Amino acid sequence: MDILAHLLPAGIAAHAPVLLVVIPLILAPIAALMPSGRIAWAISLLAAFLVAILALVLLGEVSQAGSVSYHLGGWAPPLGIEYRVDALNVPILLLVGFVGLLCTIYALPSVADEIEPGKQPMFYSAFLVCFTGLLGVTITGDAFNVFVFLEVSSLSTYALVAMGGGKDRRALTASYNYLILGTIGATFFVIGVGFLYMATGTLNMVDIARVLAEDGHSRVTEAAFAFIVVGLGLKAAMFPLHVWLPNAYAFAPNFVTAFLASTATKVAFYVLIRFLFSIFHPEVTFVAASFTWIFAVLGTVGMIVASAQAIFQTDPRRVLAYSSVAQVGYMMLGLGMGTKAGLSAGMLHLMNHAMMKGALFMALGAFALKFGVRSIASLNGLGRTMPVSASAFTISGLSLVGVPLTVGFTSKWYLILAALDRDWWWAVAALIASSLLALVYVGRMLMAIWMEEPPSHQGKAIAASTAPWAVVVPMSILALANVYFFFNADPLVHLANAAAEAVMGGR
Amino acid sequence: MSPHLILRVVSKLLIPIIVVFGFYVQFHGDFGPGGGFQAGVIVAVGVILYALIFGMEEARRAVPPAAVRYLMAAGVLLFAGVGVATLLMNGAGEPVNFLDYDALHPDQSHHTGQHYGILLIELGVLFTVSSVMLAIFYAFAGRIPDLPDEDW
Repeated sequence: MDILAHLLPAGIAAHAPVLLVVIPLILAPIAALMPSGRIAWAISLLAAFLVAILALVLLGEVSQAGSVSYHLGGWAPPLGIEYRVDALNVPILLLVGFVGLLCTIYALPSVADEIEPGKQPMFYSAFLVCFTGLLGVTITGDAFNVFVFLEVSSLSTYALVAMGGGKDRRALTASYNYLILGTIGATFFVIGVGFLYMATGTLNMVDIARVLAEDGHSRVTEAAFAFIVVGLGLKAAMFPLHVWLPNAYAFAPNFVTAFLASTATKVAFYVLIRFLFSIFHPEVTFVAASFTWIFAVLGTVGMIVASAQAIFQTDPRRVLAYSSVAQVGYMMLGLGMGTKAGLSAGMLHLMNHAMMKGALFMALGAFALKFGVRSIASLNGLGRTMPVSASAFTISGLSLVGVPLTVGFTSKWYLILAALDRDWWWAVAALIASSLLALVYVGRMLMAIWMEEPPSHQGKAIAASTAPWAVVVPMSILALANVYFFFNADPLVHLANAAAEAVMGGR
Repeated sequence: MSPHLILRVVSKLLIPIIVVFGFYVQFHGDFGPGGGFQAGVIVAVGVILYALIFGMEEARRAVPPAAVRYLMAAGVLLFAGVGVATLLMNGAGEPVNFLDYDALHPDQSHHTGQHYGILLIELGVLFTVSSVMLAIFYAFAGRIPDLPDEDW
């Protein structure tokens, strides 16, 4: 860990928290002005690479110092805006950084295929703005700043989803629905932050927590809590506020789906954890009640209902999108347990889910490069036509089910342990039921891939081929990570435990 | 004899005043209500009025869409660039943080650096807001309908 903190010279490392956000922000307008998509892609790659390095440096610094605080403009908090990195958000920064890097590599062939050349530089620019926003949401220690960055990332996401309109006009309505619901979510969130500001007179997260602990809660802070939970729930696609997600994921360009599925909802979920645990205290009566009666219950219902809905979808991307809603249910359940073990299991599942869904959507994108994949039947026999992508799809699909030897098993195991710890037998039953449902919907796709006849042209089977290296490399890395982190689970479990410890203290 | 003579004459008189008022709002932003956002919208309104009265072609000749695109990016770069400049300038030997305007000028007793900083930042906001307003207007006004009106 010490090595990580010294990856960069001290002068730069001291500014790592702000550079993490500023580098993609500055490169975004530069990418927009580039004459061709390839140059804009190279710029995005540079941004993602630097961000990944900076996230590693921050991991090193946090493991040494516990938390890093950066005062923007030299104004000390609580008056100034503070960027604050601690054990809770450093895993999210790493996740966004590395998934962003892998997705950017993957973008080259995928974007070249799906987006018209004249729009590619602007597309990459929008991606970088979205990237900036997600990193900003994660790193900032200021409640209002969260709202600003949330909107920075959301607005660019709407544009990115709508770019799927070149191939399928339904992307436009999907994006519009997302825009309406996302804006409602952001509005609820900012109303909640406004109420908190009214009650405490401060916007700095640490300071709000301090004032709330001293002054106690009132009707105003309860209202703030309700608004914030609903607002962030919309952004995180928490069941039953998930209706925008399936279409947005199904019609967005493949690269956008892969990136969003593994980062955007995760970041919103992180903010939820931050507000529930660091700002509101989990032992306050109404917060504790919300854990049991909102998060645990809705999480459980969500993971069953959304998994069941996934079974009846015909478009593989919609299957995976509904499955994402179900996976958010797992994380909500972990959070709803209100224990350190539960939160840690939720965080672990958050990281693991990013690896699974990233690889799954990348593999679907790889199929889509060669064959238009719009229904499960179009996956028929691709195991023989595109063996590498099909294998990556299979590994991460099994991980989604929670088969042993994959990370999906690890995080479900920890979730079950945490549930048993609280004697929540019904939660264990629901976890197993939902995994069985996952087996059905993943199994359907895997059956089509491996059992059916390969696609043929004029009576002859199409020769086996592999996707371009820029697809295969990041996809394989993510798929193999699903296996690697089963055998070497300690780093991720350690990160998740440290995160839970950071917000729950000794409890 | 053009059909909208009065509109044309009046808007020709008004547009320069609108733009000057925009700059007033911009540069008075340091001392009173105003600033880059409001000023950017007012300046853009000047061009939009021109487009409404004299047509899209004329407006595109006066403010080309390519220039709008560059200006959009330049504004963001100026804004973020001020922050990076403060990082690089490092004040009076003391390392300073992102966007610490005091580093921009050695006169610490009057905080001249703060003044310069906000001026530059607001200029970046002016560029971006006015050009984004125009870009949105151009995009909507220049849109060719999927169906010609007769085919409805």
